This record gives sequence, structure tokens and C-alpha cells, in this order.
Amino acid sequence: MLNSLAAQAIFYVIAALTVGFAALVAFSRNIVYSAFALVGALMGVAGVYILLAADFVAMVQVLLYVGGIVVLTIFAVMLTQGIGDLAVSNRAVGPGAGLAVVALAGAVMLYATLRTPWHLATAVAVASTTYGIGNAFLGVYVLPFEIASLVLLAALVGAVTISRQDTPPPADGAAEKGRS
Amino acid sequence: MEHPLTVDFVRWIVLLPLAGAAINFLAGARLQRDFGKRVISLVGCGTVLAAFALAVYAWAAMLALPPADRFMLDYLWRWIYVGKLRLDIAFWLDPLSMLMVLIITGVGGLIHIYSTGYMHEDESYWRFFGWLNLFTFSMLVLVLADNLWLMFVGWEGVGLCSFALIGFWYKELSNTAAGNKAFIVNRVGDWAFVVALYSLFTGLGAAGHPTLVIRDVAHWAPALAGMPGYFGMSLVTFVTLLLFAGATGKSAQIPLHVWLPDAMAGPTPVSALIHAATMVTAGVYMVARLNFLFSMAPATMLAISTVGTLTAFFAATIGATQNDIKKVLAYSTVSQLGYMFAAVGVGAYVDGVFHLMTHAFFKGCLFLGAGSVIHAMGGVQDMRLMGGLRKRLPITFWTFLAATLAICGVPPFAGFMSKDAIIWDSFAHGQPALWALLWVGAGITAFYMFRQVYMTFFGEFRGTHDQAHHLHESPPSMTLALVVLGGLSVVGGFVELPGFIGRFDPFGNFLVPVFNSPATRRVAQSAIENRGLEAGFGVLSLALVAAGWFLADLIYRQGSASFEWVGEIWGGALYRTVLNKYYVDEAYAAGPVAAVLETSRASAWFDFHIIDWIVNFAATLAVFSSWLSGRLDRYVVDGLVNLVSNLTLEAGGRMRRLQTGSINGYLYGILAAVTLALLVRAVLRA
Amino acid sequence: MGGGITLEHFLVLGLILFLLGAYCVLTRRNAIGILLGIELMLNAANINYLAFAFFGGARYDGQIFAIFVIMLAAAEAVIGLAVILAIYQNLRTIDVDATETLSG
Repeated sequence: MLNSLAAQAIFYVIAALTVGFAALVAFSRNIVYSAFALVGALMGVAGVYILLAADFVAMVQVLLYVGGIVVLTIFAVMLTQGIGDLAVSNRAVGPGAGLAVVALAGAVMLYATLRTPWHLATAVAVASTTYGIGNAFLGVYVLPFEIASLVLLAALVGAVTISRQDTPPPADGAAEKGRS
Repeated sequence: MEHPLTVDFVRWIVLLPLAGAAINFLAGARLQRDFGKRVISLVGCGTVLAAFALAVYAWAAMLALPPADRFMLDYLWRWIYVGKLRLDIAFWLDPLSMLMVLIITGVGGLIHIYSTGYMHEDESYWRFFGWLNLFTFSMLVLVLADNLWLMFVGWEGVGLCSFALIGFWYKELSNTAAGNKAFIVNRVGDWAFVVALYSLFTGLGAAGHPTLVIRDVAHWAPALAGMPGYFGMSLVTFVTLLLFAGATGKSAQIPLHVWLPDAMAGPTPVSALIHAATMVTAGVYMVARLNFLFSMAPATMLAISTVGTLTAFFAATIGATQNDIKKVLAYSTVSQLGYMFAAVGVGAYVDGVFHLMTHAFFKGCLFLGAGSVIHAMGGVQDMRLMGGLRKRLPITFWTFLAATLAICGVPPFAGFMSKDAIIWDSFAHGQPALWALLWVGAGITAFYMFRQVYMTFFGEFRGTHDQAHHLHESPPSMTLALVVLGGLSVVGGFVELPGFIGRFDPFGNFLVPVFNSPATRRVAQSAIENRGLEAGFGVLSLALVAAGWFLADLIYRQGSASFEWVGEIWGGALYRTVLNKYYVDEAYAAGPVAAVLETSRASAWFDFHIIDWIVNFAATLAVFSSWLSGRLDRYVVDGLVNLVSNLTLEAGGRMRRLQTGSINGYLYGILAAVTLALLVRAVLRA
Repeated sequence: MGGGITLEHFLVLGLILFLLGAYCVLTRRNAIGILLGIELMLNAANINYLAFAFFGGARYDGQIFAIFVIMLAAAEAVIGLAVILAIYQNLRTIDVDATETLSG
């Protein structure tokens, strides 16, 4: 399926877009640009998922990541500092040393990736995976699934607790009114 | 008998008072502070009254059974299984324990209610009811025990509660001393009891039936006949004598009677419940319970009846000289217990138990009446300061009078039925000497009881003006118990009429299955039957009682001085001897107690001079070696420790520079380390 | 295999994403920037999961792991951002070099 020319072209286009956006995330001087670039990169990754016949995961990626996490991140960016305050906002320290370490790690991993004799199975027919994933979550994986929901609940409560402003309650009703 | 009815409600009779005790002890102080004494009363009385209700239910259930099968077993769990010893926590309800349970929970319940009035001003109200409930529990264990060890647990439990309640007002040294005395004197008896149990178990084991379960002991007791014991006695005689020695401690018989008069230091309801109605009768109960053993030992029986009779007589004479209202009753109790032992000693178990029951009624009533008087007098117990209370405390007076008539044996009151039966029994079983003493004792009883009535309730008031103003009848909670017990003193005897009046003895019939062993039947059949003679002796007794009453009336009501010469016999020596209780306490003080004290003193000297010297020497040695090891510690061990710690500090100071606090720095470290690990692995593979 | 797209293609793509994320994490001083880098690395790992699932035959296991990763990434982002907000309220900056109160 992935052998057709069209598929190859689509893969390379998506890969290029993804890597480009990711590079922008990594190298941009402006944290706002970085955040928006992450949207692009994640969309690209969603495309890669579709190429890998993981339609459900791709939808989750778009909904959760792009729709949820990135928006949250951008909110945080906006809340924490002025957008125009570029100089301090996204300073990168030691790009040389960083590049060197990353390059070394990358070389090692690339070597490992290319030299490993991967065990490949025959490709399975492409079909919708939602049904199977749903069954698996409520069957074999029901315990991790429930625990994950507990983790999410804990994260929710924890986030509320941590970010709550510990300001003393207003002395009169004026401040209350002003806040609402 | 072979297959007793198994039930599961008897345990609650026992456990309810225990629950009450637990609540009162564990939460009582807080409950009393937060919710008032009412809650404590509710718990304390409620549990005992509920137990009484259950006991009545059990009674009804028992009466529904055919007379020969009136046995119930409530098995809870295994207790001690060691070697051949098999002991269970199980309760055995037969007619005898049924009777005792009814007395304990019934009379006990009344006394609990009485206590809510009597103890109302006391701060430690909760503690009082805790101990009272615990006592009820222990007493129930004693009478319901399925085996002799469990019985001994109850036996000790009542002793403990008695000790705690005698010394209830522990801030007075004399009260705690009285408690100690009761406890220590009882120890002597308890020691004998335990030795008896060991010997009995060994003997039954030698006969091939090692057991301490009472019904099994009853079954195998004939196997003990003829078995040699110790000191030239047969085993049965040895065991029963020791058991009786235990009973003399618990039931205050000569020579271990000295604790009971002192026990009057406790609150009056305690005297009524423990030292009149229930605990002190445990010895009588035990002898009756083990009648199959005692009946096999004529020598022991003779000892029991003799000791009982002597106690009955001498305690009565002492009672006639006392001036403390409770002391008189205490000696009266000792005397009446003597009557019971005289009865069981000659083999008239039913009459002994019968007197036990009527005694619980009238002596409980007398003590509670005395308590009511003391309550009204503001704590005064000396009868010489009383008088004329008849009009101020009418209910107390009438109930006290009823109980007095009962204890004197005036027909048709309860005491007449039971005591006259005992006096006749002693003669019927061929003991005319004992009969004579018991007969005279009955007259003395009448004398001292009416002396008490006249000194307390008749004549002019001899106390202070304040007291006269303060006199009042007790609250209804107290008079209720007086009225009920007074009523029972009047009618309680009709369950067993004397043989010369008519054959009506449901009480005896009820108890027949208990006293049914071959030996007991043999003893019972040895009595002569002569209705005419019995009636004649009854009249004789009545005559003497009337004489005693008349004498008391003459001296203490009419104030005739024509009997002063009695105090002058032998230069007053006789009177002084009786007044001082035959100097038994002094004899104890000069004999065993002095010996113990001297031994203690010698031990103290030894301890002080020899042992202490050794200890001091050892201490000096220890100080020296400590000094040595201190040096070693300071210069050698500490040096090493300091070296290590300085090294650690130095190294830490250098290492801390690595901890930059920069997240990026750490991330560099992680990534570099992972890469390095992969590299090393790849190189090693290659 | 000719010009077909193989497992290695996806692995290399994942590798590149991972390295970019790692670089981002290493060099950023902005706490949010570091978080962005982490998200990139997580996605790189997810690509590997799905690629192995696709080429290895066992489809659902890999996909389910990817979903778990996304779930936990969401939790992690929420907590991380909450922490960052709290830091910002206290220090008026989110520069990680400034948060050295506990440094020895």
C-alpha cells in the first residue's frame, strides 16, 4: 500500500512539513511562534499516523493534542508574560553544546536504527481500528484504562490546587464584584 | 442427664453484666461527665435486670422440661486443652445454679436499684457500678461454671470485686486495710481450693477419668472411693477438707471469719449484695454443688457441721455485744452462714440451700434497711446515737421489722421455715450436741436482733439536734428494694413447709435432681423421721426465741438495769472477751501476722546489709569499668567516627558543586549518559 | 524493496523529531519551551510505537500504548503548566535558571 508513488510522495511531503515545523519549535526565538509551530508539527504527526493505518489515534492526536494541549500551552504563554517581550521570553543557551550532544546521540541512534535487523510481519489489511481499540480498552486493558482515568482525575485536582492563587479573601464585596 | 439440652441464651445472662461493667469502666467517666449519672444507672441496673429477665425465661424453660432432665448446657468455646486436661468455657444450668442465678440477678438487681439512691452523691458513681456489674458477672460465672476451674475463675473474680468494693472509698486508710485483709484472708482459702482441685484431678486421673467438668466428676466420683490420699486420709476426705477450707475463707467461717466484719467498711449496698446475699454464700453453694464428693467423706461432713455450728454460736454471741449497726449484721451473717454449713454438713443440702435463699432475702433487707438508717443519719453507724427512728423512717422500720422476725425464725416468716429445718436436721442426723448449740444460737439471734431493733427504732433519739432535723425517709429507689425484700422475707419461706405441718415442698422437689448421687441419698436417708419430735423441737425453738425477744425488750426498750450483772461475770472477763470477738484478731496479730512481720524484718535486715553491700560492690565495679570504657569511647571510637564524618563533610562540600540547580544541565547529563551507554554497548557488541 | 517506504523511514522521522525535541529541551531557558520540547519527544516515541505496530503485525497493542502516551501527556501538560503558573505568580518569571531556591 505504501509502495505506490503517490503514497511515497505523500509521506515525504508530510515528513518534510513535520520536520520543518518541529525545527521551528526548536529554533524559534519567539515562544509564541514555537507554540504555534508545535500545532503544525503535531498535525503532521497525525498525518503520519494515518499513513500507519491508525485512524483512531490520529483523531485522538488532533482532538487532544492540537485541540487541547497546545491551546492550553498557548494560554499559559499568554498568561505568563507579555507577548512582545521577546528577548527574555525564549532565550536559548549554549546552542553549540546542545547541538553537539544532540548530534552525537542522533548518530548513535541512527546507527542502531539502521543496523538492527527488524523483525517484520506481513502487512495486515487496512481497516477501521476504532472497534478493535474500544474492545481492547474494555477487555484486556480495562485495568490500565481505569487507572489512567484516575491519573487524569488526580492531575485535574492537582492542577487546580497548584495554580490556585493564595490571595487572602477580599475584605469587602468590591473586589469580589471586580473579579467577576 | 446423658444428653443435656443445649441452649445458647444462658451466655447472655453472664455476658450482659460484663457488658455493663465494660461500658462503665471504659466509658463511664466520660458518660457521667457528659450525660449525667442517669446513664450510668441505666447501664448498671439495665444490664442486671435484663439478665434477671433472661433468668426468669430460663426458669420457665427449665420448668417445661421433665424433672429428671432439667439440665441445660451452653457451650461457648474451648478454653484449655493441655495433656489430659479438657476445659471449656461452658455454662451449666441445673436447678441449683438456676436458683443461684435468680437470687444473684434478682436480689442483685434490687440492690443495684437501691444503689442509685444510696450512692447518688458519690463522685465515682460510674466506678461503683462498674465494680458492681463486674461482681455480678463473676458471681454468675461462679455458679454457672461447667467445670471447676471456670468456677475458680468466678471464685477469684468475686474476691477481687469484693476487695475493690470494700476499699471503694480508698481515701480512708482503714477502708483499704479492710479490703486488704479480706483479700489476704481469702488467699488462704483459695490456696486450699486450688490444691484441692489439683488433688482431685490427679485422683480422677489415677482412676482413669481425668476431668474437672463438674457433671463428669459427679459421674466418676464413686471411682475415688477407697483411694488413699495424703497424711493418712483417704483422697476424698483430703480433697473435701481442702475444698471446705476454701469455703471457710469465702464464707467467713471459723477460723477465717475475721475479714467479714471489717468488710463493712465498704458502701452498704456492697455489704448487702456481696457480704450477705451472694458472695459469702459461695462456699455453701460449692459444698452443695459438690455434694456427691462431700457425702462420700463422713469425716469432712463432721468437720463442716462442727465448724458451722461453732461459727453460728460464737458469731451470735459476738453480735450481741456490738454497737455498730453494720457490725451486728456482719456477725449475724457469719452466724447464719454457720447455720447453712451446719445444714450441708449433716447432709441436709436442700435445707442449707433453702436457708441460703431466705437469708439472701432477709439479710439483704436488713442491710439495706441499715443503709437507709445510715443514709438518714448522715453516715453515723453507732446504734447508741440512734433511737426513735420508727416514726421518721416508717418504711424502713416496717421492712426491717419483717426481716428481723424472719431471721429470728418467728412463724410464718421465711426464716422460720429454713432455720428451724436446719436445727431439726442437726438432731435428725444424730448430732444432739450441735443441735443444742444451734438451738441456743437461735435464742441469741433473737436477742441481738431485737436489741438492734429497739436501739435503733425505739425510745428517744440520742443523736445531735442537727441529725434529728435531717432525719428523713429514703428516696423511692431505695425503699423499693426494701419493700420487695421485706415482702419476700415474709412469704419467701412458703415454698418449703416443715414436715410436721404438711408435705408441701416444691423447693425440695425442684432441687432433687441435683442431690441425687448415691452417696448423697445414703446420707439423706440416714436421718430419722419423727413428726411429733420435730414439732416439739419447733416449739422449743420458738420458746427460746421468745425468751431472747423478751430479754431484749426488757433491757433495751424498758431500760431495766437488772441484767448488768451479766457483764460482771468473772470480773467482767467474759463480757470483755466476747466484746473483743474472742481476741481472734489479736491472736492472728500475735501469731501468723507477727511471724510474717518478723520474717519480713529479718529479710529487710538481710537485704539492707548483705544484699545491698553486694549490690554496692557491683555498682562500684560497674562505675570503674564505665569510666574505662568512657575513655576508650572518647579517644578511640570517637576519633574514628570524627574521621569518617570529616571525610564525608569534605567530600560533600566538593560534590555539591555538581548540583547546579540548572534543569538544562541535568538534561545534558541524562542524554549524554544514555548516549554513552548505547555507545559502550555497541562497542562491546562489535 | 525498491522505492517503497519501509519501517526505517518512519523510525528516522521519529528520530529527527526526537532530536529536535531534545535540542529544544536542552537549550531553552523558558519553562514552557522545555514543555514544548517534551511534547515533540513524546510524539516521536508515538511514531515509533505506531510504526512498529503497523509493520510488526500487532496493531492494537501499539495503538493503545500511543493513546496512553497521549493521555499521560495531557496530564503531564496540565500539571506542568499549573506548576509554571504557580512559579510565575511567585517569581514573576518562568526562566528555569531563576528557580533555584532549593539549590544547594
